[in-house]
Amino acid sequence: MKRFLLPLVIFLVMVGFLFVGLNLDPREVPSPLVGKPAPQFSLPRLDNPEQVFSGNDMLGKVWLLNVWASWCGACKEEHPLLVSLAKTGFVPLVGMDYKDTRDEAQQWLVQGGNPYMTTVIDVDGRVGINYGVYGVPETYVIDKKGIIAYKKTGPITMQSLREVIVPLVKKLQAE
Amino acid sequence: MQNFYLRLILVFCMLQISSTWAKEARPMQNDAVVEVQVQRLSEQLRCLVCQNQTLADSHADLAQDLKQEIREMAAKGMSDQVIIDYLVARYGDFVRYRPPLKSTTLLLWLGPFALLFAGGIGLLVTLRRREKSIVDDSLNADEVQKVRELLAINKES
Repeated sequence: MKRFLLPLVIFLVMVGFLFVGLNLDPREVPSPLVGKPAPQFSLPRLDNPEQVFSGNDMLGKVWLLNVWASWCGACKEEHPLLVSLAKTGFVPLVGMDYKDTRDEAQQWLVQGGNPYMTTVIDVDGRVGINYGVYGVPETYVIDKKGIIAYKKTGPITMQSLREVIVPLVKKLQAE
Repeated sequence: MQNFYLRLILVFCMLQISSTWAKEARPMQNDAVVEVQVQRLSEQLRCLVCQNQTLADSHADLAQDLKQEIREMAAKGMSDQVIIDYLVARYGDFVRYRPPLKSTTLLLWLGPFALLFAGGIGLLVTLRRREKSIVDDSLNADEVQKVRELLAINKES
């Protein structure tokens, strides 16, 4: 009886590891930018490309930077959530329209609603590279001093909003 | 009339195709030294979109952008290390196919050796235990005599 125990234990440990692995998201790569100052940017605004918006304009506020694109399917998933979040006025959302065309982006905001206080356009994805963007949508929580407190790759869900983002923003706003 | 629209759509489709092709052409591929460096670096770097491909293998949009970024940096005469550091600062160690040895990657580097070591110890323990389980079962004088007799009979017949 005893000699079967060890293989059984090894098997169960392996099953445990594999089970945990099943629930991990391979897109969740830890970002080296968390805890570092958000990269500077000055980009033209989507609504008026002659005006430039810079991340520095948000100093003193806790804000969310949401990288999106009209060609991005997963962005559609999170968009209604962003719209309802914006309606509460809880935290300002800045959109970064990543490698997109202006017409399509504007059309998307008309159709799905516009949750952003401002949207900037990163046509060639250069600023995206500075932010380490690799899978749109991505969302950054940036604190009053302009430091990235959290990064979410992939669409925001009700769960991530409730369990991570909202408590974090509240904490940062109280600081 | 319908025919006209159909033709219009066809022409439009063709225009679409040529415009997307036009996008594919990437500038600045003329400096051979730079290209060698770009090639060398993009073989060591991971495309984060399709995580099991290098930048060199990948045709993802981001991989093309990153290659272009590397190309521009290489053209400015930046060394491999500087370029890798630049990308690691943005995307983390995960962009590197060869992870560096540091506290967070210690398990990755030493894990296989630890497993090998544990296996070796297990094997040693098992062998020792088996050795012990072999009972010394040598024959006494009477039995030796008996065996000799039997063997003798065998030889005679």
